[in-house]
Amino acid sequence: MGADIVGELIDYQLRVNGHEHDVAEAWLGENLLYVLRERLGLPGSKNACEQGECGSCSVLMDGKLVCSCMVLAASAVGADIVTVEGLSAGENELSDVQAAFLAEGGVQCGFCTPGFVVSVHDLLEHNPDPTELEVREAVSGNLCRCTGYGRILAAVRAAQETRQE
Amino acid sequence: MSTALGTRRRRLGESAARPDGVPKVRGEFAFSSDLFSEGMLWGHIVRSPHPAAAIRGIDVSEALRIPGVRAVLTSDDVPGRKTYGLDYPDQPVFAWDVVRYMGEPVAAVAAVHPETARRAAAAIIVDYAPTEPLTDPVAAADAEPIHPLGNVLHRQRVRTGDPDAAGTVVVEGRYETGMQDQAQMGPESGLAIPAEDGGVDLYIATQWLHIDQEQMAACLALPLEKVRLHLAGVGGSFGAREDLSMQVQICLLALRTGRPVKMVYSREESFLGHVHRHPAVMWYRHHADAGGRLVKVEARIILDGGAYLSTSTAVTMNAACMAPGPYRVPNAVVEAVAVRTNNPPCGAMRGFGAVQVCFAYEAQMDKLAAALGLDPVELRLRNALKPGDSLITGQVLRGTAPVAEVIRTCVAAPLPAGVPMTTAELELPGGAGRTADRDRVRRGVGFAVGIKNLLYGGGFDDYSSARCRLEDGVATITCAAVEVGQGFVTLAQQIARDVLGGVDVVLAPPGTTDIGSAGSTSASRQTWMSGGAVQAACLAVRDRLLKSVSSRHGVPQETLDIVDGRVVSLDGQVDIPISEAARGDVLEETVDFHHAPTAELDVDGQGDAFVSFAFAAHRAVVDVDLDLGLVRVLEIATSQDVGRVLNPVQLVGQLEGGIAQGVGLAVMEEIVLDHGRVRNPSFTDYVIPTALDMPPVHIAALIEEPEPGSPMGAKGAGEPPMVSSTAAVVAAIRAATGLELPRAPVRPQDIALAGSGPGPVAGSGPITQEVSP
Repeated sequence: MGADIVGELIDYQLRVNGHEHDVAEAWLGENLLYVLRERLGLPGSKNACEQGECGSCSVLMDGKLVCSCMVLAASAVGADIVTVEGLSAGENELSDVQAAFLAEGGVQCGFCTPGFVVSVHDLLEHNPDPTELEVREAVSGNLCRCTGYGRILAAVRAAQETRQE
Repeated sequence: MSTALGTRRRRLGESAARPDGVPKVRGEFAFSSDLFSEGMLWGHIVRSPHPAAAIRGIDVSEALRIPGVRAVLTSDDVPGRKTYGLDYPDQPVFAWDVVRYMGEPVAAVAAVHPETARRAAAAIIVDYAPTEPLTDPVAAADAEPIHPLGNVLHRQRVRTGDPDAAGTVVVEGRYETGMQDQAQMGPESGLAIPAEDGGVDLYIATQWLHIDQEQMAACLALPLEKVRLHLAGVGGSFGAREDLSMQVQICLLALRTGRPVKMVYSREESFLGHVHRHPAVMWYRHHADAGGRLVKVEARIILDGGAYLSTSTAVTMNAACMAPGPYRVPNAVVEAVAVRTNNPPCGAMRGFGAVQVCFAYEAQMDKLAAALGLDPVELRLRNALKPGDSLITGQVLRGTAPVAEVIRTCVAAPLPAGVPMTTAELELPGGAGRTADRDRVRRGVGFAVGIKNLLYGGGFDDYSSARCRLEDGVATITCAAVEVGQGFVTLAQQIARDVLGGVDVVLAPPGTTDIGSAGSTSASRQTWMSGGAVQAACLAVRDRLLKSVSSRHGVPQETLDIVDGRVVSLDGQVDIPISEAARGDVLEETVDFHHAPTAELDVDGQGDAFVSFAFAAHRAVVDVDLDLGLVRVLEIATSQDVGRVLNPVQLVGQLEGGIAQGVGLAVMEEIVLDHGRVRNPSFTDYVIPTALDMPPVHIAALIEEPEPGSPMGAKGAGEPPMVSSTAAVVAAIRAATGLELPRAPVRPQDIALAGSGPGPVAGSGPITQEVSP
């Protein structure tokens, strides 16, 4: 298959959720979102716009929140990448933010949810006690079309309160 | 920090948890774009860059020479009917001699890598001869036909009473609404897998599996049973998935190559590849007597249907029948026409014809109140529909119609405080980019009420099938109802638990292979229709179970109940787990649920065309920057007629989400067209509300009057929040600015460049509030 792809093919390794993954015979032009979803079996990061506007593909790269659709995958070599799949402690567990999204009704179609979950983790990591305006600002790079954000903001508040207990 | 997974077994009326919630928050829920099959190819559709052109030839030879390309298809490769359509098949799978809108499919490619497929698509040479596009909907009906079926897609007249009746006070206006996009987060996507029997299995995000199957089978020239659809995870819909998107093309590619084919639209392709909300031009004249009672409503409504029919017939019918709004109108002369143009095709979007007219009739009610010197809320109350009243179609309201209640409770909500000098800049109009003076910010309050018909009507029997299978104490529900995010899956479990006494409930994956149609996830109908089917199937199983326990134990059936997974009798004599009560038997019942029949409208638009109606009221508070024309919506208060609350959290989610789309249409969302060309097919240029744009929603009241005929008493709740929220926001901007603003969305230039307009005038809007800078 590789030889049929137009363009240069390369091999490299990515460190995702603490594991090294081999990426073999990949087209150089692939973005991180595509490689996560289509090559590494990690489709949790979503593809709602693929131009950095919707936040559905949010991941943490060396602790920094990025849109994985805007990162050339081959340029992420050496970085510590955390996706939504890497946020909870184990298979039968939810992170506090994930649990809050469920409890408060922050999930409808769910397509934006993984991106929101990653963004909110990032927010609470850097600002454990944000004001409502700071929360709205922090998640304004994540688009949701189902909820009107009301239950999502309630979920952030709930997660924030849980952390302060 | 972590939380262990728990299950909550809540019943109807409680905020039960979504069964798909855990996989969704963990990123493990399989949406249609997440699918994978060994050896799969990637499909890509080639689309017309022109809104109108003749096709003189298509040269695919260059594309086929690219290594990795496995198939290139055009119209010649469609084995069956070359067109499709929900109502009438006038839309080509691939255009052959002419393209009628920008984005119309012309060819499709399958290749080993998505980039290869994109490059192959770019290498296909289509020889277009562009022609002058027909883009003015007002001129379209009389223009040269752009399709053999003509330019009038549907004309709906509604006439009642005396056409010459006149009131002592008359107000009129011309109103417009723009083309709104559903902007569902999940792009169109699917995976088609060719089968050994010559058929195909398609995993797809859609709104109605069985109607897709019918349309696809005709185009693929396959019998229905060889076109098997399986629901893949749906990332929102709002009408965008009611028509076919890629379904036929992706299956053709899979059948041609003998390989699984995956296709995922980019966001740009999604904007070009699904229908939108019809833009409308509406002329209204309202007559009232001196006491503020409506005498007559005249309306002429033109809906731009774009290049193909889609659902224009039903949208036009809704717009015509709902033209006066939720008011008693003894005399009416209404005509709604959907026309064909070279603009993008328009069809279903949340609110479906009721949104456009609400924007116009509520502006008219405010104008009328001003002309009468009446309080606008009082004017609405004097004319509000109530049970027993007739619509302009002659249909008598037999169900609940708490119009006055939604109005009264909504306006009674307390208003938010004024703008303090200390307001953070982010909280002023324009947010972070604000440059205007605080003392040029004006506040306005606006109010609107809307009506939305529920379920399909006009004589169409949109039944739903569901099956309940009780085995080893577990109830498995099979129903093809599509979950798009609204929460039907939660309700289906709640309903089954309610009927079967807290039994464990499993939902089978929806598809076309195991059960009949559930109808569409649209028209606010699935809770009523598929919820009704699930309830009926569970009741039938419950009846069989209790009958058998009754005869075995010699206790009357009516003294038996199922409580917490056990069959118990009133006298305590029987108390056995469900799994034992069935004694190893599998109890299975399948039920087709139908709503009360409806009638087609006659030539004057008269007839009992609708099953039920829901009403909502919205009050918007806005701050407007007069210099830059920027608007910040501070709060939306709402009351809604919901029949019965089945899941409080999900219901709130429907209200808040629908209002967000209404706010979007009011102040920011519009597909911008330039001679038929879409200028903003991206989330950079087509903006939808973010968490900074969307105000808090204050739910003043949920009116619970159980609806007769609805199996659980509930009314569909998804559409009413969208119907009148736009009208309320624009009314508030009018109140703040004193401008007429007859068009939604209100753009900054409509305010800032309104010229030597009258400026803010207290009392010019429906309800005004002094601003305190």
